[in-house]
Amino acid sequence: MNAANRHEAVLQYAVRLGDDALVLGHRLSEWCSNAPFLEEDLALTNVALDYIGRARMFYSYAAELSGDGRSEDSFAYLRDCREFTNLLLHELPRGDFAFTMARQYLVDEYALAFMEALLESADPQLAGIAAKAVKESRYHLRRSRDWMLRLGDGTEESHRRLQSAIDDLWGYTHELFELDELEQELVAAGIAVDSAALRPAWDAAVRATLDEATIAVPAGDWSVRGGRQGIHTESLGHLLSELQFMQRAYPGLEW
Amino acid sequence: MTTEHHEQDLAALEQRFQARIDAEEKIEPKDWMPEKYRQNLIRQISQHAHSEVIGMQPEGNWITRAPSLHRKCILLAKVQDEGGHGLYLYSAAETLGASREEMNQALHDGRAKYASIFNYPALTWADIGAIGWLVDGAAIVNQVSLQRTSYGPYARGMVRICKEESFHQRQGYHIMMTLARGTAEQKAMAQDSLNRFWWPSLMMFGPHDAESAHSAQSMKWKIKRQSNDELRQKFVDQSVKQAEVIGLSIPDPDLQWNEQRGHYDFGDIDWEEFNRVINGDGPCNRQRLAHHVKAHEEGQWVRDAISAHEAKKRQRNDRQAA
Repeated sequence: MNAANRHEAVLQYAVRLGDDALVLGHRLSEWCSNAPFLEEDLALTNVALDYIGRARMFYSYAAELSGDGRSEDSFAYLRDCREFTNLLLHELPRGDFAFTMARQYLVDEYALAFMEALLESADPQLAGIAAKAVKESRYHLRRSRDWMLRLGDGTEESHRRLQSAIDDLWGYTHELFELDELEQELVAAGIAVDSAALRPAWDAAVRATLDEATIAVPAGDWSVRGGRQGIHTESLGHLLSELQFMQRAYPGLEW
Repeated sequence: MTTEHHEQDLAALEQRFQARIDAEEKIEPKDWMPEKYRQNLIRQISQHAHSEVIGMQPEGNWITRAPSLHRKCILLAKVQDEGGHGLYLYSAAETLGASREEMNQALHDGRAKYASIFNYPALTWADIGAIGWLVDGAAIVNQVSLQRTSYGPYARGMVRICKEESFHQRQGYHIMMTLARGTAEQKAMAQDSLNRFWWPSLMMFGPHDAESAHSAQSMKWKIKRQSNDELRQKFVDQSVKQAEVIGLSIPDPDLQWNEQRGHYDFGDIDWEEFNRVINGDGPCNRQRLAHHVKAHEEGQWVRDAISAHEAKKRQRNDRQAA
């Protein structure tokens, strides 16, 4: 990869990671005033805030790399569905509380390992963002793992809801561990995380938690992919129409 | 003990209680207090807590649509703070023997109120500015005064809350300032929002002193430290200047500086509207309550799961210990 290509590849990589963080943060923020009790309302919005903060750091870096006057908001507000490159797991509608926490747990196991690996990135800016994210993800994982145990062990209903959430989410997890050409090249340059290498540890940790929560590990006979190529679930368009409403209705203004 | 003795004792206790209040001592949870003082405080503190929590709805309604990531983060943090204020306040009310569950039930039954201002809708982004600037601004005027309230846990809660509220007010004012300095369309959005939120904000201080149901006793017990009208005046005086700085006009033709009083005179509040909205005919009364009830009901299975899990854990521990 020559320098110009690498520059563009890092920019795209930062946007991907920003997109992951933004759409998940958006889904979490939808819980505001809707959580099962007040303490949990605060905790969910707190995690939402961490993720949106993370999106801002990745987008700001991408904006800096672009050098063409784009800002963090250009990436969040002025791209359409096909240009968003988040992994699908992050965008799925929030569902019930079991679905939200199950998704969060699966993401947290991944995100913590991912950010720990990103700390070693040859790109100091990405490593710097990871340093902040690791601390947050450690706390997120403690919380979401605890919820897996509470819901799995709780009542028949909570067990049933959690099992069905895990079943519905499972097919979206494979994509987390796949690298396209761009990421492979950045891995070779020591910049990106080799997410395929994270799979064995993720599998083991998730299986151990589900086992402890008395939740069956799904068979893994279906999988959906496409986020990094901008092939999304239909829900993303609706998310964006809400997220981007102001910037689209009143273009080019300062708020 | 005979009834007569009992009454004498009670009178003596009440006298001592009032003497402590008069001496500006704080009343603490374990201290003796008249039952009416306790009930009055539970009513006021739980109403305050419910207001923080219901107030999350109009602002929460804009989190997913905030116009920039920076604004989105500020709004998320702010709404989260409001929820946190709700928590401190519920805890303060719990020190008086009210449970969270009872207070929640009272809200759902309509026995407990919340600030009527939240029965107005947040329709445009400017409303997020107006709510921060005016609604939080009015709340601060009230809460600053309550930092000296006679009940210790409530007073201490207020000190903490006031620090965060002043940040909220600044962010709201900053939104309004940005709009007022923006395009004609943005300025019009800000003015429209001020027009809709101005009078309801003045109503937040409650009825005129002469007509306020709980005021006299609350002042004597120093639960309240300043009257509704005094606080309202303070709010008007500060807000008029703030509106001038950013070039927005307060929607009150009678508003003018009174040199003699050293305060702004302002027009009559539409108390009919105040009563109408308090009694259920505001634009959002039904939705606000229904939203809260729905979230609570949908969360029942989660709360049940926690209790079941805790009970099973205890059982397992007991078995291990045996």
